[in-house]
Amino acid sequence: MDTQDLRRMANQIRRRDLQAVFEAGAGHIGGEMSVSDILTALYFRVLNVDPTNPLDPNRDRFVLSKGHTACALYVTLAEKGFIPKEEVATFLKPHSRLNGHPNRTKVPGVETNTGPLGHGLPVGVGMAIAAKLSGASWRTYVVTGDGEMQEGSNWEAIASAAQYKLDNLTLIIDHNRLQQGARLAETNNLAPFAPKLEAFGWVVEEIDGHDMDQIVAALSPDKVEPHKPKAIVAHTNKGQGISFMSDNVAWHHKVPNAEQYKQAMAELEEAAQ
Amino acid sequence: MNAATSEPKLYDCRDAFTATLEAMAAENNRIVAVCNDSVGSSKLTGFRDRFPERLINVGIAEQALVGAGAGLANGGKIPFVCGAACFLTARALEQIKADVAYSDTNVKLVGISSGMAYGELGPTHHSTEDFAWVRAIPNVAVVAPCDNAETAAAVAFAAEFKGPIFLRLSRVGVPQLLPDNHKFELGKADTLRDGVDVTIIANGVLTHRAMLAAEKLAGAGVEARVLNMASVRPIDDEAIVKAAEETGAIVTCEEHTIFGGLGSAVAEVVVETRPVLMKRLGVPGIFPPTGSANFLLDEFGMSPDGIAAAARDLIERKA
Repeated sequence: MDTQDLRRMANQIRRRDLQAVFEAGAGHIGGEMSVSDILTALYFRVLNVDPTNPLDPNRDRFVLSKGHTACALYVTLAEKGFIPKEEVATFLKPHSRLNGHPNRTKVPGVETNTGPLGHGLPVGVGMAIAAKLSGASWRTYVVTGDGEMQEGSNWEAIASAAQYKLDNLTLIIDHNRLQQGARLAETNNLAPFAPKLEAFGWVVEEIDGHDMDQIVAALSPDKVEPHKPKAIVAHTNKGQGISFMSDNVAWHHKVPNAEQYKQAMAELEEAAQ
Repeated sequence: MNAATSEPKLYDCRDAFTATLEAMAAENNRIVAVCNDSVGSSKLTGFRDRFPERLINVGIAEQALVGAGAGLANGGKIPFVCGAACFLTARALEQIKADVAYSDTNVKLVGISSGMAYGELGPTHHSTEDFAWVRAIPNVAVVAPCDNAETAAAVAFAAEFKGPIFLRLSRVGVPQLLPDNHKFELGKADTLRDGVDVTIIANGVLTHRAMLAAEKLAGAGVEARVLNMASVRPIDDEAIVKAAEETGAIVTCEEHTIFGGLGSAVAEVVVETRPVLMKRLGVPGIFPPTGSANFLLDEFGMSPDGIAAAARDLIERKA
């Protein structure tokens, strides 16, 4: 998919996500809007994954460590063909396999169950080591939130990834500057991330996490430095694409009312033109 | 004079673990070992020398240890994730829950030096809550072998078993109780000795003490049944119900707090099926004083005489 089509797909994913959260009356819409462009680039340009063979041993592995933005992943998996598109309407409904955090035992395309923060990157390290041991060329991609980087387990994994020279591992930090209750800067400010990751032996690239050309370029396997794991610090906006949500800490898991929903959808539809 | 030579040979079950692991790894390159700097204490030096690439040492980082194990399983490997039981379970419990159990990954958790094996190092290094913690999580088998033969059999079983399993191993010497070719069956107890007056259920380093207690009781005309119940989850309901019906009293012995472990698991079955008198022997809900594992087991009423006394007390009370 070229970047123009990727932008259209990301817009479509945002709209479907917004509708699902509105209808379910719950969700984490702010972080879903910030991660949508990254998810779109991964699934429709970068990842070698096959919805008809979701457990292909040679597939690329993707882990959404910020599992609370599961709805955006479900919508993306549905667009990609892993689950039926109409199933998104069951999000959070009783007995739906689409609960608030992704479950690999129920949802094809999900690699590991996330939700508690700081779990995805250590698992990604194990995946990348497995590929190395097998002499396989598949790659592992992990998306974390920026607030999530406060979990110490991430730094255990960051150190191990460098030690094992995991150049087949890419971490994407969705750096939207907001965590649940406040701004990152007001809570436990790990920013800037790049010098810290570089100090651990990682290669770091900073991008605009909503610029599809930059996302695609940064995720290209050609831009990997041998023997070093790679981190992409994606500068994003929580609530991206919806004016009253964007960069507004109130919208971590707030649900729009009917009027707000109408306005938000109108803005996304206008952007799709 | 000959007392020393008549003592049975004692085995450190870690040796059976690594011998079995190395033999399997030689045949199957999917088997990997993952550790948290615990190469020596997990007895993995031989494995490291033979299969250097397949020993993954994440350093002193238990969350990464278990998480990486889950990732290795996702990548098609059969990871034996090894660490001192106290750190493996307590420090990484959420990884065990989310990455291993809930994600249903093919991870083999190996808790080394469990119970009070670290003795004098004190309660920070004791792992006397791990049965309770891990068996409360769905989808993880919990197994505490009683000797070298059962350890070897359980490790071989774990490699074949599809799914999460927690093996709780000790370093405290135990005599061999089961035959060399013992085959481990998950959820099945071994009747090591039959009897009708009382049943003693034990696992891990307590099983041989239970056998010694039964011998003492037999000397006094009391016939005790001894069940080795390595598998705490799933548990052998059938053997427990049968023991309750046929012997009318059950003593449990474990190197674990009496809250939530083997005794609790047995009691759960007993109270819902065939209520009989029970005595749960174990760590009585305190941080133990300084002492070796064997000293502390004696201290907490689990010397062979202590177990026999608990059994006799139940027999008197049920009459």
